[in-house]
Amino acid sequence: MAALPLEGLKVLDFCWVAVGPMTTKYLSEHGATVLRVESAKRPETLRRAGPFAGGQSGVNRSGYFANYNANKYGLSIDMGHPQAPELILRIAQWADAITENFTPGTLERWGLGYDRLSQVNPRIVLFSASMLGRGGPMQTQPGFGAVLSSLAGYTNIIGWPDRGPVNPYGAYTDFVCPKFAVAAILAAVDRQRATGQGTHLDMSQLETSLHFGGPMLLDAAVNGHEPELVGNRHPAASPHGAYPCAPDANGEADRWIAIAVFTDAQWAALRDEMAADGVADAQSGEFRTFRVRKAHEDKLDGIIAGWTANHDRHELMRRLQAVGVPAGVVNDTRDLFEDAQLQHRNHFTWLNHPEMGRYATDYAESHLSATPGRLDRPAPLLGQDTEHALRQIIGLTEEEYQELAEAGALE
Amino acid sequence: MTNNSHDHYGPGLLAPYRVLDLTDGRGLLCGKMLADLGADVVQVEPPGGSPARNVGPFYHDNPGAERSLFWWAYCANKRGITLNVATDDGASLLRRLVANADFLIESADPGRMAALGLAYADLQAINPRLVMVSITAFGQDGPYADYQASDIVGMALGGFMHLTGDGDRPPLRVSMPQFYQHGSAAGAAAAMIAHTHRQLTGEGQHVDVSCQQAVARTLAHAPQYWDLEQTILRRMGAYRESAGGTYTRINWPCKDGYVNFQPGGGTAGSARSVRALLEWMAEEGMGSPELDAVNWEELGYGTARAEIMEQTVADVAPFFMTHTRNELADGALERRILLFPVATPSDILAHRQLAARDYYDRIQHDDIGETVTYPGHFVKDMHDASRVGVRRRAPHVGEHNGEILGGELGLNHRDLNRLAELGVI
Repeated sequence: MAALPLEGLKVLDFCWVAVGPMTTKYLSEHGATVLRVESAKRPETLRRAGPFAGGQSGVNRSGYFANYNANKYGLSIDMGHPQAPELILRIAQWADAITENFTPGTLERWGLGYDRLSQVNPRIVLFSASMLGRGGPMQTQPGFGAVLSSLAGYTNIIGWPDRGPVNPYGAYTDFVCPKFAVAAILAAVDRQRATGQGTHLDMSQLETSLHFGGPMLLDAAVNGHEPELVGNRHPAASPHGAYPCAPDANGEADRWIAIAVFTDAQWAALRDEMAADGVADAQSGEFRTFRVRKAHEDKLDGIIAGWTANHDRHELMRRLQAVGVPAGVVNDTRDLFEDAQLQHRNHFTWLNHPEMGRYATDYAESHLSATPGRLDRPAPLLGQDTEHALRQIIGLTEEEYQELAEAGALE
Repeated sequence: MTNNSHDHYGPGLLAPYRVLDLTDGRGLLCGKMLADLGADVVQVEPPGGSPARNVGPFYHDNPGAERSLFWWAYCANKRGITLNVATDDGASLLRRLVANADFLIESADPGRMAALGLAYADLQAINPRLVMVSITAFGQDGPYADYQASDIVGMALGGFMHLTGDGDRPPLRVSMPQFYQHGSAAGAAAAMIAHTHRQLTGEGQHVDVSCQQAVARTLAHAPQYWDLEQTILRRMGAYRESAGGTYTRINWPCKDGYVNFQPGGGTAGSARSVRALLEWMAEEGMGSPELDAVNWEELGYGTARAEIMEQTVADVAPFFMTHTRNELADGALERRILLFPVATPSDILAHRQLAARDYYDRIQHDDIGETVTYPGHFVKDMHDASRVGVRRRAPHVGEHNGEILGGELGLNHRDLNRLAELGVI
């Protein structure tokens, strides 16, 4: 089997919920040894969040948790126990990087702030992520990506002009940040390896997410513009939207195709496809220029929707792509599993889990030619690797391990 | 050969490394992230300038190659040269630059680089340590490899749109581009993964990014709901279907706009957040004995039953209507409630937490005689804030041709003039 690119990288991982575990999944997927510390007394949010294998809840049955924690080792330590900080400092000496996304101040309360960690390991890279960053008047404001998406400016620009804004699906900012986090952690690790120096990286989920909206912020800063709700309209394209399609063989009616026309040539190609099906409105020269299409966009959308509604969405996608018109079916979550391109890329990888059985986890979107990532171990059962990791990886003696276990520091 | 002595180069975390960025508007963020981390990123544009310079919005709403705010945002920190890599002379100069580069990023349609003699195998022969990142909609091969994808097409095929928008209307995209940004950011992460391996082994490689996959990886637990419970989650407007048959309201109108608040149970402060809001409501004479009686602490994340949610909406919505966004946000901070305002760009530019953390970088634009505000450090280095952030404005067309093609490759004025006449630069 090919080598993994992050083999030898040692990570002590306190991350929980979505943004943190997604970050460290990129690391574990590419060969880093990730020791994930959890609490058995208070199992983390995602262990208690659906979906559950077979619809039956249980701390070892969540697909949400299992997806983001594949390839990691699971340790259960009672962080409130007086011997816990000392144990963590022992693991910190082993680690190259420590990752956490607690409310700022939590590590410090355990006596495990950066200053203390760097005393025992001057090379350590500590990565801290939080909603709004460390310091400042709002550092302890609690939140989730689901609501932070609004402060980051996304919700304000999703929706129909005659209705209110709606949120982007999911804890959206949680899914923007991990890619930035991985790049930053590995940049600090690079510097650590070259200079022997560690550092403390502090990521504010708000600040990171704003980079996906850079042009919009500049537009406000420089031009004073405030965006409005526009549905699926686009200032430089017409038509541009999601159009209804015929129900599929399963009788599923929520079927759509996205079509985007940026050039007159693309419009001519779309018009010819419609004309071939006898859509009379499309045959006139009325919509030849962008300016005219934009001026009569409601009418244009109606004509297109009248055409698409009678067709299978995949048939339309193939036809339009064949003539150079950007078009794509709106995949629902079942469709993602059946999508020919995602299958080609092995987007879903199945792992065998001792309680859940076979479950799907997302494979890397970036394929490395020489050292591709690999998902080969299911997410850990709660506390499954405590003994193995502390004894075999950290090197505690049998005696040291037993003493911690008997003292109740291990759960 | 790369010199690893970081201190020799400057404070940036990636200061010792050179990136050649051949991307168009689809991939600019990847190099920008590496540049923000301190790498020396050289944007390589076709003569006349990158097509990304035609992407709005524009400075004072006037289109022009030096006025695209999209370009400004995603090429800040980079230097720029022009080079027609479709000519022999241009490709040859690019190969000379590749010999001393650590990374090359490109976003051309699959097959295009190979047609120019610039496939990874060609470049690897020049520099076996090179990490080459290719950012495309669907990856380098497969049934959709040659499909045309704009943002909305990608967000549809990636599964995002089906889950976003009102249930009785067509699925929605975010009305600023996201699709290629997800892939570009993933490309930067993967570039650093490949870099870590290269620094230990000397082995470069080719990174093939699929933006569709990057978006499909952003869907929280929705795909797993299909895999494990055969449930297709659907878009619900202001609400979110949090599991099969249960939902929660996220978006709420208030006196002067909207706020987000996610009622629900479980850990991560959810139950405490609901209790704190109920207490606030009671203090203002709008308490809800029915909601007080709910055992929020025992409800799992996203498992509030429909009747609890209906009661919550009935009692909480009127309370929000008695306050403004700012009042609710201030109260949420004080009382530790999971609530944020639906912010506009001007709200974000003026946000007190961002100001307190010195987030925005103000960069002088000599050509227009103005200082422009940019989103700053995407991560903050607590030891030295200058290690991450924006240091310089985006390059003008060909601004650094003399510095790089002349200074580094040793071309003289006559060479540069000849190449300009031939349309190479």
